[in-house]
Amino acid sequence: MTDAAAPASPAIRDGSLFAPDAHTRRRNAAERRFRAYGITAVALSILALIVLLVSVLGNGAGAFRQTFIQIPVTIDAKIVDPKGNRALDEMKKVTTIGYGKQLEASMLAAVAAAGVATDGLSRKDIAGLLSKEAAAGLRGMVLENPDLIGRTITFRALANGRIDGYFKGRVSMDSAKLDSNISPAQLVLAERLRDAGLVTVAFNPQFLLGADASEVRPEAAGLGVAILGSAYMMIIVLVLALPLGVAASIYLEEFAPKNRWTDLIEVNIANLAAVPSIVYGILGLAIFINTLGLPQSAPIVGGLILTLMTLPTIIIATRVSLAAVPPSIRDAALGVGASRMQAVFHHVLPLALPGILTGTIIGMARALGETAPLLLIGMVAFVREFPAAPPEGFFSPASALPVQVYNFTQRADPAFVERASGAIIVLLVFLICMNAAAIILRRRFERRW
Amino acid sequence: MSLLKLSVSSLAIVATSAGIAAARDNIQTAGSSTVLPYATIVAEAFGENFDFPTPVVESGGSGAGRKKLCEGVGENTIDIANSSSRIKQSDIDLCAANGVTDILEVRIGYDGIVFASDIAGPDYAFTPADWFKALAAQVVVDGQIVANPNKSWAQVNPALKDKPILAFIPGTKHGTREVFDEKVILAGCEETGAMAAFAAANGGDEDKAEEMCMALRTDGLSVDIDGDYTETLSRIAANGDAIGVFGLSFYQNNTDKLKVATMSGVVPSVETIASGDYPVSRPLYFYVKMAHLDVIPGLQDYVEFFVSDEMAGPDGPLASYGLVSDPELAKTQAMVANRVAMGPLSN
Repeated sequence: MTDAAAPASPAIRDGSLFAPDAHTRRRNAAERRFRAYGITAVALSILALIVLLVSVLGNGAGAFRQTFIQIPVTIDAKIVDPKGNRALDEMKKVTTIGYGKQLEASMLAAVAAAGVATDGLSRKDIAGLLSKEAAAGLRGMVLENPDLIGRTITFRALANGRIDGYFKGRVSMDSAKLDSNISPAQLVLAERLRDAGLVTVAFNPQFLLGADASEVRPEAAGLGVAILGSAYMMIIVLVLALPLGVAASIYLEEFAPKNRWTDLIEVNIANLAAVPSIVYGILGLAIFINTLGLPQSAPIVGGLILTLMTLPTIIIATRVSLAAVPPSIRDAALGVGASRMQAVFHHVLPLALPGILTGTIIGMARALGETAPLLLIGMVAFVREFPAAPPEGFFSPASALPVQVYNFTQRADPAFVERASGAIIVLLVFLICMNAAAIILRRRFERRW
Repeated sequence: MSLLKLSVSSLAIVATSAGIAAARDNIQTAGSSTVLPYATIVAEAFGENFDFPTPVVESGGSGAGRKKLCEGVGENTIDIANSSSRIKQSDIDLCAANGVTDILEVRIGYDGIVFASDIAGPDYAFTPADWFKALAAQVVVDGQIVANPNKSWAQVNPALKDKPILAFIPGTKHGTREVFDEKVILAGCEETGAMAAFAAANGGDEDKAEEMCMALRTDGLSVDIDGDYTETLSRIAANGDAIGVFGLSFYQNNTDKLKVATMSGVVPSVETIASGDYPVSRPLYFYVKMAHLDVIPGLQDYVEFFVSDEMAGPDGPLASYGLVSDPELAKTQAMVANRVAMGPLSN
């Protein structure tokens, strides 16, 4: 409200003092409008958040539960160990195709034993209820423990993604009629098997612990490699970015002379914090892979790039918290004879620590959700092999959580939509945990003057 | 003080562990997102059945994959580039400049490109000429070259439904777009006689004429999709009248949502593509850096396993996912076993 137009001497007010005049009414109305805008903005953001959460949770909750088929399997020595000498090298020659035949026979026997009518479905269609992963699982079990040969074990296999989709409501009888990968008769059989107790829907630890799977077996896809890869990168970021960032900020804030050079460095750090993350990916490819010869797709390279990306954030947060420590603390320390370094490390740094940790955790949370810089260093990939324990594991290929989300959304099979949302939930849980840790640290250790 | 020690020791750990970056024992591949699902199926089976680790399969596009292959020889470069179009002379030159001389070219099979609309929508029977007339920037009307006036499929061809034209086609970074341009738009251009008219208008310059043929309209009726088929699918779900371009395998996984159109009267399927009746198909390749064959453990086994009858044959898992098996697979198998490097490009 400009009052330049107001007359030099105040106009004589007429009417009651209790009734607001036109000007006051206008000002009050403006304030009410402003509040309404604010409430609308907050409401819109909350609405957007709710829509996002509902859609992610609605789509993704199913990924944590999976349909299993439990059948007795008698492991036939003729199939899995044709030479009969139990030599592991010989047994490894039997591929998953051989084990698939074993499972097909067991599945047919189990269906017959349960007295479930199959309505003339072919052997292949009945065995098709099982995931294609099942044969590999059985092969792994037998090779690990050859004593199982000849014995009858209860084998719990994943059900085919379409069957699983039927119990979760993604696949219906109508859609199955049009679907070339499943027939309504197979769904009917699955329902009968559920009534007979062979098919159950239960919590699926493999989604969190297992490796990614190819397009033909969405039911088996898991986040294990991605979680491990993300964890490795976070370890590298923490170990490198925290000491480097804190050392740089302490020097800049407490020791460096204030001149044109430090101003220049300061401006550059602020600029670096705003550089798009893909730029760090290009840099990382050029330096770490092409020049230093580090391996492709490895968490070490991803971690180094994310370190570069997180450093400016940590430096800025650390400098702000160092600057927030009142000068009287330093003066007191120096006054009783401490050196500048003792003053900083014994008195200033402990007081600044909550702010530093909060900045670090928020920087790391941002790094955890990054995909773009990983694109160029080969981490946006199909990786099924679990990386070894650190430090060797830092150099073997791994995926990352946001990358896994991206990969899942690209796949043709509709079952991957659910898995992508499930992966988002896991990522969100990680982020919420990190942010909660940041808040708790701040609340517990923060001191105000 | 402890902070300083921590940072020094952590730097030391990184420095020493960089030294133990042992020889790579996993296969690295990158390239076409069309080949990606097939490569992951093979990689998964390879990891399960062999004593070697599961190969890492990266996507990123055919061109990007070939460029990465040509970056040089060594453990920090990839071993195999997946490609949905044939390698170009420029790639081979780049490879040669970086010391990648011997390349093994492996054709794994054929892939069909299908035209599909929402399952609830009408049936379509297209010809390449329909697509050219619907999507070209300029068409020939009454002997005159004019900006494309067609707004509905019925205007293009009275036999088609009177539905507005809206096509979602792959963006130019996709190998699929090349095939679409060549097998559909160019074929339609020639079929309608527009090619001859364009050539005449340019004084007989056929390259110019081809360029004019492949220039698509930019008034919003033809939309480039730079993402994946999943994006095209969701656009179609949002717009019932739209028609999208998909790979056959993608369509086969979503037959409950998509209705496929015939092309020149042929329904796309593994059989019609194998017989050559369905016109829009292309070969899929991967390129192996031969210098790595004896260095990266399992590379030769992986390549042989990929083209074995067990995987790439007509009854294998790749065929059931939508790959059209190569009738000359035996020749490819022999080439892989004998490690025959590819010769100069003939065309």
